[in-house]
Amino acid sequence: MSSLQWFAVRKELRPRTRLATAFMSFVLPLLVWSLVSYVPWIWHPKVEVIDPGGVSYFTRDMLVDREVFDAELATAREEHRALPTGRPANPIYLPAPHQVARAFYKAFTTEPKRHSEKWLHESLWESIQVIFWGFFLSSLFGVPLGILAGTYDFVSRLFEPFVEFFRYLPAPAFGALAVAILGIYHAPKIAIIFIGTFFQQVLVIANTTRKLDPSLLEAAQTLGAKNIALLFRVVIPGIVTDLYKDMRILLGWAWTYLIVAELIGTSSGITWFITQQARYKNFDNVFAAIMMIGILGLTTDLLLAWLGRRIFPWQKAAANL
Amino acid sequence: MHKLELPSYLEQSDEVRDRFTRLKQRPVLLEVKGLGKTFDSAHGPVIALNEISFKTHRREFVCVIGPSGCGKSTLIRILAGLEPPSSGRVLLDGKAVHGPGPDRGMVFQGYTLFPWLTVKKNVMFGLEMAGRGKMAAEEEAMQWIDLVGLSKFAKSYPHQLSGGMKQRVAIARALANQPRILLMDEPFGALDAQTRARMQAYLLEIWQNIDITILFITHDLDEAIYLADRILVLRAHPGEVDELIEVPVPQPRSPGQFLSPEFLATKKRLEELIHPPQAEAQDNGDHLNMMRMVSVNDEVESVF
Repeated sequence: MSSLQWFAVRKELRPRTRLATAFMSFVLPLLVWSLVSYVPWIWHPKVEVIDPGGVSYFTRDMLVDREVFDAELATAREEHRALPTGRPANPIYLPAPHQVARAFYKAFTTEPKRHSEKWLHESLWESIQVIFWGFFLSSLFGVPLGILAGTYDFVSRLFEPFVEFFRYLPAPAFGALAVAILGIYHAPKIAIIFIGTFFQQVLVIANTTRKLDPSLLEAAQTLGAKNIALLFRVVIPGIVTDLYKDMRILLGWAWTYLIVAELIGTSSGITWFITQQARYKNFDNVFAAIMMIGILGLTTDLLLAWLGRRIFPWQKAAANL
Repeated sequence: MHKLELPSYLEQSDEVRDRFTRLKQRPVLLEVKGLGKTFDSAHGPVIALNEISFKTHRREFVCVIGPSGCGKSTLIRILAGLEPPSSGRVLLDGKAVHGPGPDRGMVFQGYTLFPWLTVKKNVMFGLEMAGRGKMAAEEEAMQWIDLVGLSKFAKSYPHQLSGGMKQRVAIARALANQPRILLMDEPFGALDAQTRARMQAYLLEIWQNIDITILFITHDLDEAIYLADRILVLRAHPGEVDELIEVPVPQPRSPGQFLSPEFLATKKRLEELIHPPQAEAQDNGDHLNMMRMVSVNDEVESVF
């Protein structure tokens, strides 16, 4: 297949090429990461000391800047002391893929350092609960309000200007307030996710509702549908597929508020794990945890996309995802 | 071009004249009285419809035709109750109509089937709105689907159907409510020629067998003559009634009549009304600015 076909404007690739390309979208970043990690002459601004030789302050496995190492090596050579040896290394904050992979596995199997601390899966579960409740409560109010605002001009005028104003207020700014009102445990975190999601949700869903083809409403009216029936039999089923897509995107936004939310009050969940591991300089664990969030998010989204195709059989399959 | 000798469109055979006499003795189903519609635009008010009046009798098939901008879509939307008139009244069976209702079924040009409902559920929609029980609605809906020949597709979703099939479902959906009148706004406008011809035949067949009055909007002259008992010709700017033509082509209609003298005579008359000689184009300066753009030594000098 020539590259010309790869860049045909708005033409779908062949199924096999599509799959391979999608696979590449993960392989490419991994490749870059591997190159930087494993090819000694790419980057590697540090030197890991193997043998300190005659340099008094060097110890085994110590990371020093390359310039410092080179200077010490030169000095040692001049003064005829034992020469230090080392190998190029990356800074501690960029672990290699295999280290992160090992950490990924070990993070689940390692017992917490202190008895009161939580296992990783427990921390993750805590985070999932916070996300769930924040998103659930937001949707409980946001979805009906959005649909009503998109359907009735009165509701739109009454709520949307304020919502529009409020959505510019950064959710984390309410952290202190949330703690003062709701205490230090899960409640304020759920509140932050709620604030971060709700106002966007109302506007996005109101817009989706407005995009419903008005001729469907007219057709329904000529068939005898009145106000309430129009809302429940036409508006809601008419937008439900787009609404579902909106919800998937909004759930992604909720995840982005998670880290900030969990720093409020007593740090908890996956954020607690990340900050704790960063403190111990276990950056392989930090990467593993960040990736876990990504994997969790992507898996949920793929699952929801698949579920969507089951629930809404009238959707053309290609329009999904 | 040699002149074709055509009779006047006003000439009717005895049979046809007799039919129109009987038709006009039927009770009036739809009466439009002095209907006007004015829109507010940036350049001041625009009169879309002015003093439209006409009567439609029971089981009559009326086509509305006119040049673009004559307000034929506005007219049908007012009749359906989707837009309020600025002046005048619409009477259905002698009673004034307000707002949309199931007594006036409508088929739109765009496909307005509910994409989330199967064909059967689409047709059941109006019946359920009317408070019919699920079982009864389902049974009735199946009869209408059968009538338009789509029983095999009862469980399909609209996106699985072709354009012509979608419009057949839309017709079945509107008829299921047993409306007094069926309003059709260029329903076959988006279909290809073959499908459209087939749909016209279907529609005539349905009309002949069901107690239904049809008001049908089109911009296709042949379609209007082929389908209609009478054709309401509108004129543009402002939209006014130009003429109400009694189509002299005998009923029942068949595609074989397309070249009959009566048909052609009617078509000639419609052409005169809708595309009057040297109208439109020259008046508003809307024409191509053509010069010769063929290279000098081009092998084909002229297309003639």
